[in-house]
Amino acid sequence: MNTESEHHFRNVVLLWLLASVIATPIVVFVIGPGLPPGNGSAQAHGQVVDNTVLLALATPVTLAVLVYFGYVIWAFRERDPDTVVDGPPIRGNSSVQFWWLTVTTVLVLFLAGYGTVRLLADGSGGGQGPNPIATPAAFKSSKALQVQVVAQQWQFTYRFPAYGGVETHAIELPENTPIVFNVTSLDVIHSFWAYDLGVKADANPGENNIAYVMTRGPLTFHIRCAELCGVWHGYMFNSGQVVPHAQFVSWIAQQQQQYAPATKNNAPYSKTYFPQPVRRGG
Amino acid sequence: MSAIAVPATTAPRSGWRQLLGFNLLSGILLGIGGWYLGHFIGGRITGANLTYYSETAGQNDIAIFLGYLLGVVGFLIGLGFANYPLKRLIGHPPSLAERESESLGLYRYFTLSTDHKVVAKQYMVGIGLFFFVGGLNAMLIRTELLQPNVHVFGANQYLTLVGMHGSMMMGIMTSGILGPFANWLVPIMIGSRRMAFPRIESFTFWLLMAGSVILITTIFFGGFQTGWTGYQPLGAQNTAGYDAYIGFFALVGVSMMLFGFNLIATIITMRAPGMTWSRLPIFVWATFATATLMLLAAPMLIAALLMGAMDRTVQTTFFIAGAGGSAYLFQNLFWVFGHPEVYVLALPGMGIVLELLPVFSRKPLWGYRLAVAGLLGIAFLSFFVWQHHLFVSGINADLRPFYMLSTELISLPTGFIFLCAMGTLWRGRIRLTVPMLFCLAWIFNFLWGGISGVFNSDVPSDITTHGSFFVMAHFHYTIMGGLIFAFFAAIYYWVPKMYGYKLNEKLGKVHFWVMFIAFNATFAPLFGLGFMGMPRRVVTYSAGFQGLNDWVSVSAYVLGLSMLVFIFNVVWSLAIKREPAEPNPWHSKSTEWQLPTPVPVHDFNTVPVFDQDPYPYGVEEKPSGVPSAVPAGGST
Amino acid sequence: MSGTAKRGAVAVIVTAVILLAVGLYIGLYLINVPGSAASTPTASGASLYLGTVPASKGTDPHPTWVSYYVVSPNSTNWRHDTTFTLPANTLVHVTIYQFDGQSGLRNGFLSQATGTVGGNFLLNGKATQAIGPDTASHVFAIPAIGLSVPLEGVADDAKNPCANAPCPLSNDHFTIQFTFRTPGKGLYRWQCFVPCAAGYIQGFGGPMQTVGYMDGFIKVV
Repeated sequence: MNTESEHHFRNVVLLWLLASVIATPIVVFVIGPGLPPGNGSAQAHGQVVDNTVLLALATPVTLAVLVYFGYVIWAFRERDPDTVVDGPPIRGNSSVQFWWLTVTTVLVLFLAGYGTVRLLADGSGGGQGPNPIATPAAFKSSKALQVQVVAQQWQFTYRFPAYGGVETHAIELPENTPIVFNVTSLDVIHSFWAYDLGVKADANPGENNIAYVMTRGPLTFHIRCAELCGVWHGYMFNSGQVVPHAQFVSWIAQQQQQYAPATKNNAPYSKTYFPQPVRRGG
Repeated sequence: MSAIAVPATTAPRSGWRQLLGFNLLSGILLGIGGWYLGHFIGGRITGANLTYYSETAGQNDIAIFLGYLLGVVGFLIGLGFANYPLKRLIGHPPSLAERESESLGLYRYFTLSTDHKVVAKQYMVGIGLFFFVGGLNAMLIRTELLQPNVHVFGANQYLTLVGMHGSMMMGIMTSGILGPFANWLVPIMIGSRRMAFPRIESFTFWLLMAGSVILITTIFFGGFQTGWTGYQPLGAQNTAGYDAYIGFFALVGVSMMLFGFNLIATIITMRAPGMTWSRLPIFVWATFATATLMLLAAPMLIAALLMGAMDRTVQTTFFIAGAGGSAYLFQNLFWVFGHPEVYVLALPGMGIVLELLPVFSRKPLWGYRLAVAGLLGIAFLSFFVWQHHLFVSGINADLRPFYMLSTELISLPTGFIFLCAMGTLWRGRIRLTVPMLFCLAWIFNFLWGGISGVFNSDVPSDITTHGSFFVMAHFHYTIMGGLIFAFFAAIYYWVPKMYGYKLNEKLGKVHFWVMFIAFNATFAPLFGLGFMGMPRRVVTYSAGFQGLNDWVSVSAYVLGLSMLVFIFNVVWSLAIKREPAEPNPWHSKSTEWQLPTPVPVHDFNTVPVFDQDPYPYGVEEKPSGVPSAVPAGGST
Repeated sequence: MSGTAKRGAVAVIVTAVILLAVGLYIGLYLINVPGSAASTPTASGASLYLGTVPASKGTDPHPTWVSYYVVSPNSTNWRHDTTFTLPANTLVHVTIYQFDGQSGLRNGFLSQATGTVGGNFLLNGKATQAIGPDTASHVFAIPAIGLSVPLEGVADDAKNPCANAPCPLSNDHFTIQFTFRTPGKGLYRWQCFVPCAAGYIQGFGGPMQTVGYMDGFIKVV
């Protein structure tokens, strides 16, 4: 490198350092706490932490590219557009290439490793299929509440196997409890998205998809369908509540009583359902 | 190379008599005839004693599929695609050329032509037309989303608009850059006079047009409410409008596959003497990588759609849980195609940008081998990432760490592309022409697309962003911000050579700035909406999201207006003003700019010989790739 | 005519043709919106009379599809409207004349009525909470307000079934009556939950997926 190159390179690095030192703390400490999906559950909080880490890494990387291009376009712009003069024939620089590859590889491997560790720690609220690998002990204990989410065109209903398999239109969950969502569908693919709990699990016909969430304090959470499922997909939303334990017990008892006739008509509780008809004749 | 036949020199017919013969008109007439014939036969097949067709459903999918099939066959026969095979069958000698003569004038553009430059221009106009329709759909979608729960369109019509917009853009724009620019440039850049299979080249274009028309016919059959992904079994439930979706994407798939195969064959076998692999212009490398993806990925799509068509007609149950099928099967097959497909959209853009940066920095491409490694690396890795679309689906949940790693690994070769772009600009003499502005905007947009992609690839983060507007913003940054900006860079750069007329520079700059600002104003807020919990493809949304949605809609209208500026520029510059372009206005040193304007039918008078790398900026006076023995294209 | 002017004229004509095509294209979407009907105000609230039939009239775009209709109290004057305008925060008395056959529910839970005043409905005048899940013909449901009422289907061996709209009360039918309180102003969807779209996978295509047949809106004003 000649001295002119070094001069420009130093400028870029200094500008980048300056920008990163200012921007990264702002991103981490100002934007970070406001990142979705909030602190409605342990899993939701985990996602906030994850998003913050990603953003903290993305900020200097993005700034490096932006600062570089901004500087280069300004510093090396053609000042006399009427002439055609070629620049120096630089065809590469093996040490730059080496360091670029090294740094990006380290970043990528760190991200993949970090994401894997975070995912396996508590499932992060995502659908994990019928046999979850990320299963903290709390969700295996008898204290865990099994809740089945039955998606159909176009609404979610909920079944509680521990309470006689009662099915309900509304959903209430006890606070500070490990919840095991068993998500399935009666017809097409839906996706159960409890935004404030940080839960998203596709509802597949004939498949059971398990998602874990550890509730925190009382909360109203929003439920939306996140997979296009037909004409009323946009209207397939709902809300649920996390309530104190006693309130949940009385609510579920009241539901059992109210829906006694329907429970009698309903199919026995099962992980998956294959309702007939497959094809309506006629 | 020695087998090139001289084109037939029969005098063109004059006036209205040109309309007789094998051209678009006869194609359309035979296409319509074929539709009615197929529809009639389909109606007979499904007689009362067969259970395929339910009277009560009021739709007969067999008749519709047969109608589409025979319609396409009729269309292609009408265009003249059957003539050559039939002639060969009855003993005519082989030939390469059909309807290439310049004396045919505009007529060449409405028929089968084996001139790669004619096919390229056909692609340009055809794709432009459907890009315009797709963009119009986007405007209508944003109109519906102006208000959270007041509907301009019915719920069915809205979802049809969403599906048509997605299918148009994802289906037709797979050939958005390669169709016009690879067809035009690859033969010239490698020193060939034509593609390896010139009739197949024309075939892919007309097949794409037939498919696009079929997609639009969906509105006569109730539309389709599945989005461009067409997930099953939702697709199986759909009214006959979904048949149009299947027909469209299957034809796109066949067209993509043949196009990729043709490009690969051309690049491998048709290179002129001295055009070694290490002297290929980077755009040709990008084309090669893309063509590989097209050839290998499209068959998956065709297979998945065929299964869907059989579920709808002969009542198989490939995707019906509880009857031996699985909804997972379609998701898997679709994304095995679908993820390479999004790189089919992204790679040509990278090729364009890396091809243009040296011209406007007046420097050789920095890190040529690294750029090639980046393009091929992306192409290779793209086959191993598809289940990142299914992180929350419950499918193969144990493999999520692997797909997280493979997806994030793609940022390594993508990083190569960025590094090469950065190195090329370093100490260059940067000229901010309109094509260069679009290239720089590509870098800016693709950066945001890539960074947001990291959030989607990280499973814990993806659990919130999956299926939300965040994902929508992400892929619009990579495809609209990537592919479309590169597409316009290529148009402003090469149209003077292709059409022989200058494009207005001032209007070009207006177009660029309006488009660039409106694009970012439209899609950046969508990241926020996704983070706040707005799902994709919804006809209604929480009232709290209205402010941002209105901002986005208004920005989208401005984005639409910028396209009108472009169309005005094209009409004004190419149709009305018609100021002849100089042979090499950008002082480029690549091969195509050394040819005379307009480029003659056979590009080169003699076989060119290449003896140096394609970007000889700053080293010597002689431009790159110029046939050293003979001045190209004769006299200028 | 000079070359430039001629080219200009051609460009203008081509542009006009394209714009015309575009207009036609948008128009095709805009015209296809189902009609709407208002409830009748009465002393004790508002009343709405609906009919469900196995097939629409011969002039309908989909004459073979099952559908809801707005009818008059004595089941005459059948209109193919599926947007119902109702007053806000009011009791609405709904009467449905149900002429369609039995389809059976995919989710037996929906055989019980919810969200009505009293938690039940009148089936041919008799207070009922739930019906057999296999004999259900349709469900009238507005999920956003928790309303869901199952509609009993006419038996297959009925002597005088109605084939298509309009259906007089002399045909075999069930009369379902219920009352619900409308929510605040806004647009709400209603739909059927019985897979009643004959000929389609899972019975959920065609009329079940097309606003104007087994789906619609209630517009609360």
